[in-house]
Amino acid sequence: MARDSQAALVALNRFGFGARGGASGDLINAASDPRGFVKAELARPNGVLLEAPGLQSTPQLGQAVFAYQDQVKQAREAAKAAAPAEAPQPAPADQKPGLRRNLSLNAVATEIAGQMTEAKPADTAAKPEMMQPGAAAPPAAKPAPQPLNVIQKTFRAEALARLQRATLVECGFTERLVVFWSNHFCISASKGELARIWAGAFEREAIRPHVLGRFADMLKAVEQHPAMLFFLDNQQSLGPDSRAGQNRKRGLNENLAREIMELHTLGVGGGYTQEDVTSLARIITGWTFAGRQGQLGTPGSFVFNTNAHQPGPQVLLGKTYEPAGLAQGEAALADIARHPSTANFIVTKFVRHFVADDPPPALVARLRDVFVRTDGDLKALATALVDSDEAWKAPLTKMRSPYDFLIASGRLLARVPEDPGAYLNNLNLLGQPLWSPAGPNGFPDTSAAWAAPEGIKLRLDIAAQMGARLGNNIDPLDLLEFAAADAASVETRKTIERAESRQQALALLLMSPEMQRR
Amino acid sequence: MIDCVENRLLTSRRGLLLGGASFAAWAYLPKFARAADGRDPRLIVVILRGALDGLSTVAPVGDPDYAGLHGSIALAADGAHPAIMLDPFFALHPSMPEFARMYRDRHAAVIHAVATPYRDRSHFDGQDVLESGYAGPGRVQSGWLNRALEALPRGERVSSGLAVGPTTPLVLRGNAPTVGWAPVALPQADDDTAMRLADLYRHRDPALAAALSQGLQLEKAANGDDMKRKPGNQVVQMRQVARGAAKLMAADDGPRIAALAFDGWDTHANEGGPVGRLAFLLGGLDGALAEFESGLADRWRDTVVVVATEFGRTARINGTDGTDHGTGTIALLAGGAVKGGRVISDWPGLKLANLYEGRDLKPTTDLRSVIKGVLQGQFGLSDRVLAETVFPDSASARPMKGLVA
Repeated sequence: MARDSQAALVALNRFGFGARGGASGDLINAASDPRGFVKAELARPNGVLLEAPGLQSTPQLGQAVFAYQDQVKQAREAAKAAAPAEAPQPAPADQKPGLRRNLSLNAVATEIAGQMTEAKPADTAAKPEMMQPGAAAPPAAKPAPQPLNVIQKTFRAEALARLQRATLVECGFTERLVVFWSNHFCISASKGELARIWAGAFEREAIRPHVLGRFADMLKAVEQHPAMLFFLDNQQSLGPDSRAGQNRKRGLNENLAREIMELHTLGVGGGYTQEDVTSLARIITGWTFAGRQGQLGTPGSFVFNTNAHQPGPQVLLGKTYEPAGLAQGEAALADIARHPSTANFIVTKFVRHFVADDPPPALVARLRDVFVRTDGDLKALATALVDSDEAWKAPLTKMRSPYDFLIASGRLLARVPEDPGAYLNNLNLLGQPLWSPAGPNGFPDTSAAWAAPEGIKLRLDIAAQMGARLGNNIDPLDLLEFAAADAASVETRKTIERAESRQQALALLLMSPEMQRR
Repeated sequence: MIDCVENRLLTSRRGLLLGGASFAAWAYLPKFARAADGRDPRLIVVILRGALDGLSTVAPVGDPDYAGLHGSIALAADGAHPAIMLDPFFALHPSMPEFARMYRDRHAAVIHAVATPYRDRSHFDGQDVLESGYAGPGRVQSGWLNRALEALPRGERVSSGLAVGPTTPLVLRGNAPTVGWAPVALPQADDDTAMRLADLYRHRDPALAAALSQGLQLEKAANGDDMKRKPGNQVVQMRQVARGAAKLMAADDGPRIAALAFDGWDTHANEGGPVGRLAFLLGGLDGALAEFESGLADRWRDTVVVVATEFGRTARINGTDGTDHGTGTIALLAGGAVKGGRVISDWPGLKLANLYEGRDLKPTTDLRSVIKGVLQGQFGLSDRVLAETVFPDSASARPMKGLVA
């Protein structure tokens, strides 16, 4: 088959995370069979799951937070008792960035498992070694950084596992799907300590197993996950007529019910009313997670609390749901997942993400049919997208998100992250802090959002920094070959050829339209 | 991205820092002390990336063709910003008073009409030749300075060659171990890179062009100097880099050899004459030399700084008040160990017939001869090691004698 570099760009950039540099041969492989290259990942059994040493389950992580919070409390009380005049040691803030560098995934994992007290800060593999003017003796280091707490360690380990996977996978289509669905069903790690420690586990447990499965299953997994219940406050919601509601004089919290319909399924204008929101909120009362005492079950695990559940039948979207405990809500979610508005909302968003800010209507219509006909089979949906001509013909005008940009750069430079710190920093800086969107609607997904003046200038600063650090060792024209080959524009090629240094050439390559657009 | 320090992140966008120094035991190399006079020599190699306009830095104002070729950006011994006469023929750019002082004190010298063996016009290849020490761009992964380190006689051990900046430049890469140091705050993308990107976007991606130009304007507004060029920034950084390196090298057990690079010398457009963009950069270089001098203090008398670039620029200015990629240029030597106060040149002349390919100052001196002369004068490396190991296949480029006092 003839090589088609333009199609290879679509395969790698539109569907994946961009070509890897080095000896990967990604661009050549993608050019010889673009659709096959993308679809190969869909065929890999369990290819979406993410398992790495040390990554723990949601209940284990919940218990770790509870234990940590107890420790902090005890330490504070002990300090107060010992020296009442002194200010108590402040608890480490939720997102105090750590100083430690160069922790490998295994090191992080080992630390979490408590088998290692301190990681060595020095990167012994780094060449050249770094020194400091005026340092009398080599080991005269700065004051030791405050050790990371279990929440920070976990967040970094989860982040590193995700970053490494995205950097290493062949095309990246399934990882892009993970990011899409994870952003669709987002939580925010900035909600609090539980959300932060659970952010990675939420994605591993509720999103990944269903990315090539059924939408209804993902929906159920997401809405029953402790991270989502915590993020949208459902653990506080009590049926007004439930035993707990009557005892505690507290009642409904509609937050989760509203976002389920507005953001997760039907979409604004999807045909639901305020009455439906309230009704769904009542239906899912009692969906919570077991607390530190473990009265309802294993601490940190999803439980159905009958005592908090609103008794009686509920009418939702014109249908009556008889009282059936947990099953009442599960039946309601299953129906919402099949609602025509859901198909429309999901598919439109899906096509907007992968193809164009203004999704081609014919493509949306066709994929909607696939979604409905297959009862929300997300693998069929992804396959139909790759099989469509529109997805290959539409010009590459979407702006890469900061996450996509950083991953694509790391892949092209063949740098497997050893430490998530730099990525997390740059994501914060560029306005896409990992697993921490500003609201439950997730990060924006249009070019305008990411092509803002400040954002572009910051990307340039980051690209210049990467160029300064890494440009020395690369041939920029080789890298352009890896990234785009003959699909690179004449102007981009010339700009890179004429750069005054390899460092500058690398910065310009990373900022070129070929690397910024997908 | 790969190696930022996380902790400074949210304080400001200058939080895009390079991973400050991490401490580790570093490798040791022999200290070379000349037994005869007890000198403990030091060598600093400064690479100017982008190809320096030698004819604007040390201007042959005595050459009758110079003013016509260099046109609006030519230096002159008179006028509002007179160049500094080094001798009756050559004049130094007015933004280099420190170098002029060193020159008067005979601690600085200029070598003019110099070039590496490279005769094409690619920056990357030109830098490869300059730094690898090979006659052509061969993508070898070691540099002449590193190989010189390897060849040094054994002596009391001191810390290794020092790479200043985020990465080790090719010139110092190789088998001999090096240590690295970079000032914590790395510059943002420089104006030159931003302008090149803006140009690419203008041709390829109008939406990104608009966003970038707004972003750059916001940046300038935030810096509080409207649309003016930011003075200071890059100049301050050059000084800062030199100050840190000098401090390290001044230590008794500090590195004796260092390499660093300053970017931004590719003056295709609006190069400027006695004032302007090149003047700004030369001011930074001048400040860096002064920092080396003061930072090395007593050690300055045993020091040579070599300033070199991959190639020169065209003798004639182009249509945008700049100069294009050329060939012959200058090398500068500064330091207490330099036998200075001289412009060393076999001047080829600037008549059209004398220009290289009718465009460039014709090189009459091989830069390798200059560097070999310095290496020999400072460290006593033999002709043979210099011709075979440090600069392979360079026997024809004899070490220049008498550069080091």
